Parts: sequence; structure tokens; C-alpha cells
Amino acid sequence: MIRLNKVFKAFPKGSLALKDVSLHVAKGEFIFLTGHSGAGKSTVLRLVYADQLPTSGTVRVSGFSTAGLKRRDIPRLRRRLGIVFQDFRLLEDRTAEENVAFALEVTGTRRSVISAKVTRVLTQVGLATKANQYPRELSGGEQQRVAIARALVNDPLVLLADEPTGNLDERATRGVFQLLKDINATGTAVVLATHDLDLVRQAPFRTVELQDGAIVYDSREDEPAGEALVER
Amino acid sequence: MRLTLREALLSFRRAPVLSALAITTIGFALFVFGLFSLVALNLRSTLGEIEERVEVVMYLTRGTPVEVVTVAIGDIQAFPEVESVNFVTEDQALERARQELVEFQGIFEDLTANPLPASLEIRLKPGFRDSRNVSAVADRLSGFRFVEDVRFGRDWVEKLDRLRDIAGVVGLVIGAAFAAAAMMIIATTIRMTVLARSREIHIMRLVGATDGFIRRPFIVDGAIKGALGGVLAVVLCYGAYLLVSRGLFEASFFTGQQASLIVLLGTVLGLTASAASVGRHLPRV
Ligand SMILES: Nc1ncnc2c1ncn2[C@@H]1O[C@H](COP(=O)(O)OP(=O)(O)OP(=O)(O)O)[C@@H](O)[C@H]1O
Ligand SMILES: [Mg+2]
Repeated sequence: MIRLNKVFKAFPKGSLALKDVSLHVAKGEFIFLTGHSGAGKSTVLRLVYADQLPTSGTVRVSGFSTAGLKRRDIPRLRRRLGIVFQDFRLLEDRTAEENVAFALEVTGTRRSVISAKVTRVLTQVGLATKANQYPRELSGGEQQRVAIARALVNDPLVLLADEPTGNLDERATRGVFQLLKDINATGTAVVLATHDLDLVRQAPFRTVELQDGAIVYDSREDEPAGEALVER
Repeated sequence: MRLTLREALLSFRRAPVLSALAITTIGFALFVFGLFSLVALNLRSTLGEIEERVEVVMYLTRGTPVEVVTVAIGDIQAFPEVESVNFVTEDQALERARQELVEFQGIFEDLTANPLPASLEIRLKPGFRDSRNVSAVADRLSGFRFVEDVRFGRDWVEKLDRLRDIAGVVGLVIGAAFAAAAMMIIATTIRMTVLARSREIHIMRLVGATDGFIRRPFIVDGAIKGALGGVLAVVLCYGAYLLVSRGLFEASFFTGQQASLIVLLGTVLGLTASAASVGRHLPRV
């Protein structure tokens, strides 16, 4: 479903951010993407949602490939993904409900469908009662739930979460993580980039570790990388 | 579509000062443009009235037989430039002189013979009332055997030409200058809105909005501002027109069609400027 094949990524004013990264994310899978700061976690995710193109190698996402990807393909690719960030990225002048509806409006969904879908996802993330509150009237954990609801409302194949608990305290972190697990349980794949090892230890999911832009460990391989990084 | 309109209108609520500024600047630019058009319009109708009077007079040799004159009239009427030919006999000329020159009544009473020649008054069709065509016709008329003299106001036909040329060029230059200024202002306001809303645009992209979708509200926004500027310009022009026509001299105002043309012009300016600006700045946010 998502497949990175021998991906290298160099930025104009930097060294190699990714070196020969090959990774396959299967349908419904939950993956921890770990590694120190600067290891390349965000870069992997940005390649997946086509915010960046690989310097060499290919990235394939549900029928789209970076080889021959056109600018107008990008919106269609992103509609199959849900993306959340550490800083929530909500619109301050819109309520929780409007923030979620926004994702449907901009993709041209019919108005009659929007309200029902919004209510469903807000209920799913446990915020049905706070639908009319503005981001500044919500706690950090609640704001991240709104962001997750927005990511889910288009029924994505995979949820990409870049450090979603980075700004949250321990309790809120646990809540958001539980929510991500619940989402995964309904069949949505989740790629969770984090350097919070406590989180990683809490669940028996596949763990991929990056170091200086290279994959050094993949629990799916059950052995250090470098030897057995064969594509399946 | 409804969403696009809502987004576009939101920009007025979000940045009321900037929006008002954009509309007034466009309004004033088009106002000056409109004023000039009004002047040109009124000048043109005045020029038209003067042009009406452009005619070539061909004085005939005394004693030219009427049959010859009749044939000549037929020939002249066949000229492509000629609208009408009017035959003024010697007696008619004298009668006209009597009526027009009342002060000299006495002189005419004393006349024993009529000193005035018969003439043909030739009017040209609207497109041919400039000096080149008038001279050409006059030359051709001199060729007739029974012609005593051919006259037309050569000097002021040429002046009329020049006035018309100048009016056209000045109108074009000033119009273009103001259109360019108005477009730059719209482009700038759109750029500022794009930058001010970069966060929102970023989020729209993340959730899969197409470039066209992101662009549309900005373009509609520019078009609305341009149209409102056009309406403002027409209102200002009308104010100026009232002031002038009350106190100074009679003038005419735009027809409904011309007024809507100014509004349309504003809309097109706003649309083009915002489309160009969004096209340039959107990929960078
Ligand atoms: N736009 C860019 N231009 C230049 N270098 C970049 C750019 N984006 C990332 N990098 C570099 O790529 C490397 C990997 O960055 P990345 O953001 O993927 O790390 P990360 O693992 O997400 O780190 P963190 O845990 O701090 O978020 C870093 O060395 C960074 O400096
Ligand atoms: Mg990162």
C-alpha cells in the first residue's frame, strides 16, 4: 500500500537526510517510526504525502508513484491519507466542527453528507459535546483529537502521525495513543513517528528505527538492518 | 460554488481595511478613467456636430445650362464619399443672402443684377469628413469644366483631424496607465491576502484541496473587488457630472450600457490581476 524503494533524499543545503530507505507498510498495519532527532522520521512521512520528492528511488502510495507523479495528482493522493502533526494545525477562527468539515468542503463533498460525517468522527474521537468550541477553548489533547478527526473524516487508508503527542502531557498522550490504537483496530493503517520510547514499549507493534537517515532496525525483520532489508 | 463565494466574502470580514482600500483605489483609478471617457464622449459628440457642417461648395460658371448641372449632380452623387448634393441656383443664393445678412438689406434692394453664382453644396458621408478625403473630393470636383471655384474649410478640417487624433491617443495612454495601476493594486492586495492566509492554504493542501479550488476564492475575491470599484467609479463620475452640468455647461452622462461597461472593466481588471497574483504567489506558500 505504501512502498518506499531504495529512497535517497538530499536537501539543497544539507547532507543526505535519507540513505537507501526501503519500507513497506501493509494494509491495516501499525508502525512505530522511531529514531533520534534529525534521524529522518518527518522526511519519510513528507515523502509519503508528496510534500517532498525523493532524490532517487521511488515512493508508491496506493496506486500513485513518485515516478511520473504530476502536480495535480497530489491532492488526490492526499485524500487517501490522514495527516496529523505535533502542532495540531487547526484553524483558529473555526470551531472544532468547522475544522473537521473544512477537510470535506475543500474536497468538494456535498453539503448534505458533511454534517453526518463530521458528527460521526467527532463522536469517534470523543469530542461530540465540544463540537462548537474554538481551538483556544480546548486543551492540547482535545485539539489533537480534533486534528485526528479531521484526518479521519475522508476515510483514509493510512493515518500518518508525526510526533502527535509531542506537545501533550502523559495523560493526554495515553488518551491520544489509545485513540490511534482504536482507529487502527477498525482497519486503518497507522504510521506513528515518535521518539517517545515509553510509547513504543506500550504496544507490540512493528517498530522501524532510523539513524542518520538509514533504517537500522525493523522489528518485522527481527534482526538488525543492513543484513536483511529485503523488500517483500 | 457557495463555499467559494463564502470564502471570498470572508476576506472582506477578515481584512476590512485592506479590502476597503483595494476597492477605493480601484474605484478612484476607474473614476479618473471614467472622467476622461466622459470628456472624450462629450468632445466626440461636439466634434460630430462640427463635422456635420463639413461640406464642399462648388461654384458654377455663370450661364451653365441646367441639363449639364443635372448630369453633373448625378455623377457627383455616384462618388463613394458623397452623401448628398444640393443645387443652389443664383436666385436662391440671393434669397439666402437677403435673409442671412439682414444688416445689408439696403444693398440687396439696390442691386439690378444678381452678383451671386449658382453652386452645388456637397456633403460627405460620416467616415469621409477628414481632410484627406475632403481634399480628394475637392480635387475631383475641380476637374468639371463649368467649375468656377471649389471651397472647403481646409484649415479647420485639418485641425479637427488633429484634435480627434490627440483625444484618441491621450485617452488610450491615460486609460492604460490607470488600468495598470489598478491591476497592480489588486495584485498587491491579493498577494497580502495569500500571505496572510498561508497557514490556511497549507492546511487546505494537506487535506487534499486542488490548486484550482484554493485559487478560486482569491479570484472571485478580486473580481468582486474590481466590480465594486467599478460601481464606485460610476457613482463618483455621476457626482462629477452633476457638479459640472449644473454649474458650467451642458454635458451628457454615460448610457446604462457604458456604465455597466465600466463595472465590467473593473471586474475584468480585478479578475485578471488576482488570477496573475495568485498564480505567482500560491506555489510559494
Ligand atoms: N527542508 C529541509 N532543508 C534542508 N534540510 C532538511 C530539510 N528538512 C529536513 N532536513 C534535514 O534532514 C534531516 C532529517 O530531518 P527530519 O525532520 O526528517 O528529522 P526527524 O527525524 O523528523 O527529527 P525530529 O525528531 O527532530 O522531528 C535533518 O538533518 C534535517 O536537518
Ligand atoms: Mg520530525
